[in-house]
Amino acid sequence: MLASLVLSVTDFDIYAIANPPTTRFVGLANYSKLIHSPEFWQALKNTFYFAIVGGPLTIAVSLAAALLLNARLVRFKSFFRTIYFTPFVTTLVAVAIVWRYLYHTRYGLLNYTLGHFGIGPIDWLGNPHWAMPAIILMSVWKNFGYNMLIFIAGLQAIPQDLYDAAEIDGAGPVRRFFAVTLPLLGPTLLFVGVITMIGYFQLFSEPYVMTNGGPLRATTSVVLMMYEEGFRWWRMGYAAAIAFVLFIVILIATLIQFRLQKERT
Amino acid sequence: MPSQILRGLGLRIMLSSALLACSNASAGSKTTLRIWAMGREGEVLSQLIPGFEKEHPDIHVEVQQIPWTAAHEKLLTAYVGDATPDIAMLGNTWVPEFVALNSLAPLDSFVAQSKEVRRDDFFPGIWKTNVVNGKTYGIPWYVDTRLIYYRTDLLAKAGYKEFPKTWADWMTAMKKMKSQMTDRQFPMLMPTNEWPQPVVFAIEAGSPILRDGGRYGAFEQPAFRKGFDFYLDFYRQGLASPVSSSQVSNLFQEFERGNIAMYISGPWYIGEFKNRLDSATQKKWMTAALPGISGPGVSMAGGSSLSLFAGSQHKMEAWQLMEYLSRPEVELEFYKLTGDLPPRKSAWQDSTLANNKYAKAFRDQLEHVAPLPQVPEWEEIATTIFEHGEQAIRKAKTVDQTLASLDQDVNAMLEKRRYLLDQEKAKGGGK
Repeated sequence: MLASLVLSVTDFDIYAIANPPTTRFVGLANYSKLIHSPEFWQALKNTFYFAIVGGPLTIAVSLAAALLLNARLVRFKSFFRTIYFTPFVTTLVAVAIVWRYLYHTRYGLLNYTLGHFGIGPIDWLGNPHWAMPAIILMSVWKNFGYNMLIFIAGLQAIPQDLYDAAEIDGAGPVRRFFAVTLPLLGPTLLFVGVITMIGYFQLFSEPYVMTNGGPLRATTSVVLMMYEEGFRWWRMGYAAAIAFVLFIVILIATLIQFRLQKERT
Repeated sequence: MPSQILRGLGLRIMLSSALLACSNASAGSKTTLRIWAMGREGEVLSQLIPGFEKEHPDIHVEVQQIPWTAAHEKLLTAYVGDATPDIAMLGNTWVPEFVALNSLAPLDSFVAQSKEVRRDDFFPGIWKTNVVNGKTYGIPWYVDTRLIYYRTDLLAKAGYKEFPKTWADWMTAMKKMKSQMTDRQFPMLMPTNEWPQPVVFAIEAGSPILRDGGRYGAFEQPAFRKGFDFYLDFYRQGLASPVSSSQVSNLFQEFERGNIAMYISGPWYIGEFKNRLDSATQKKWMTAALPGISGPGVSMAGGSSLSLFAGSQHKMEAWQLMEYLSRPEVELEFYKLTGDLPPRKSAWQDSTLANNKYAKAFRDQLEHVAPLPQVPEWEEIATTIFEHGEQAIRKAKTVDQTLASLDQDVNAMLEKRRYLLDQEKAKGGGK
C-alpha cells in the first residue's frame, strides 16, 4: 500500500524501468491528471453503473433463488442447488466466448428469441448503450450462485416457529417475508451486500474478455483502466494513483453500507 | 478399500514421475531455447523446429504461442519479472520500445560474421525498421504490408474487372456494390478498433503521423486530415459497418456469403483464406494493392522480426536458431504454411513465390512502403488513433474536435520523450 502511494507521486514509466534515475517526483500531478481525465470519469461512471445496478440485481436474484430452494414443498433441493451454483465455478474466459455468441447481433440466441417477440436486433456488444447491460446480465448469471448459498444458510438459521406464529397471526406470505425473513436476514444481507459491492467495484475480467473496454470505452471499468495504464503502457505512477483512488472509493462505499445497517437496527 | 486404491494411485504417480525425471536427466545435457511467437506464426513455428533440432541435436527449442491481444503486456511483464525468453517474435513497430527498455541484445556482431544472414539480401526499407540508434536489434522474419482481399465476382457484378487504382475509383466501385447489396451487407469489412487502416490512409496522403523527430503529433496537418476523412467516408457512406473486431464472429463465413466483399489485412490471410474458405469461394477471391490518391498507393513497412533478449543465457545457440529461420528455403516453407512473405529478395526469386498470383500484389506493394515513426510510445499512439477514430465514426465528436484532441493526447504521451531528448541535447551542448 505504502509503495503504491509512493509510486503514485512519481512519473514512473517505461523509461524509468530501463533507467530508474529518469523517474521524476511529480507530487499530486498524477491525481490532478486523473481528475481532469474524461476517461477516468467515464471509467468511474461505468463502474458505478455496474455496481449500483448489478449489485442489487445479483442480491435480489440470489435471494429469490435461495427462497425458492428453501421452500418446504420443493423436491430435489441439492440437485437445483448444484445447478444454480455451477455458473459461479465456470471459467470466465470459456463462458465469455459462449456469451459472445449468445449476444451476436445476427446469429445470437438472445436476438433470435427477442425477434420472436417482435423486438428488433440489438447490437449488444457493439452499441455503447447496451454493452454495460450485457455485461451486467452475464455477471448476474455468473455470480448469483455464491450469494444464494450464503442466503440459504441465513434462511435456515431462521426458526420455523417464527413463521408459524406469524401465520397464526394472519400474515400472508408477502407480509411474512417483510416482517420475519428480511429483518432476521439483516446481518447476512449486510455481509452479502458488502462482499458483492467490494467485488463489483473491482470489475475487470468481464469487460476485459468480452469487450476489451469498448465500444467507445463504455465498459471500461476503473480496474481495467488501471490495467491498461499500468501494464499496457507502463505508466505505473499514474496507475498507482488510480489504485489509490479506487481504494478510497470502496472504503467509502463500505462505510456507508455499515452505517445504513446500523441505522436500520 | 478406498485407501488401497489411493495407495496404488500414489505408487503409480511416483513411478511415472521417476521415469520422467530419468528422461529429463538424459535431456539435461541439452540446451533449451525458449522462443515466443504470436498469432498464426506462433501456431506454425513448431512445425519448423524439427528441422533445426535435427541439425543441432544438442539444442531443444520450446515454442510458446501468445495471442496478439495479450502479447504486448506479456512481453513487458516478462521483462520486468526477469522471465524473458531467449528469442521473441516482435512486431517491428515494437522494436524501438524494447530497445528503450534495454531489453534487446544488439545483433550487429552476429550479422557481421554470419554467412546465412546477409543484410544486402533483405528489403532495405524493412531492415531499417529494426535499426535503432545505429544498431540492429532484430532480424526481419516476415514482411507485412496491408493489402485488400476481395470477392472478384462481386466486384465484377459492379462492373469492374480489375481492382480500382485510385481512391475516387475505389469509392465509386464500393458505392455501386452497396447498391447491389441488402441493408445488412457491406462492401468493406473495416473494424473500428484496428489502427492500420486510418494510419495507412494517412501515410498514403503523405502524413508523417508525428513531427519534429517524433516529438509532437501531426494530426491537425492537412495530410493526416485528408487520410482521416477518407477513412471516415467508409462509414459515412455506409460502405463499412462500424463494428469492432470482436463482433465479427466468423469473417470467412461472412466473406463466403457475400455479406462482406473486401477486407484489408496482411499476407497471413492468404494461407487462412486458402484453408478456410469453402471450395465454391476459392475461385472467387483475389488480392490487390491498396489504391493511392491518384495511382498505386504507399503502404506500411510492417512485419515482424526475431529479436534476441539481452537476458538470454544462450545467445550463441539462439543466434543459430535465428540464422536457421532466416534461410531462404526455411522462409519459403514458412510462407507455404502461413502465407507470410519472406523479407529476403532471394526467397522471392523462387518459383513458389514468383508465380504466385496472390503474392504478386504484395511484391509490387513492397516497392512502395513507408516506415512508421520509430518511437517507444508507438503502440499507445496507434491505439489512441483508432480510439479517437471510433468517436468520430460514431459522431460523438466532429472531425476537427477529434484531430485536436488526438494532437493533445499524443503530445501529452510524448512529453517524457521530449523531456529526455532535451536533457540529452543539453548534455551534448555542455560538452
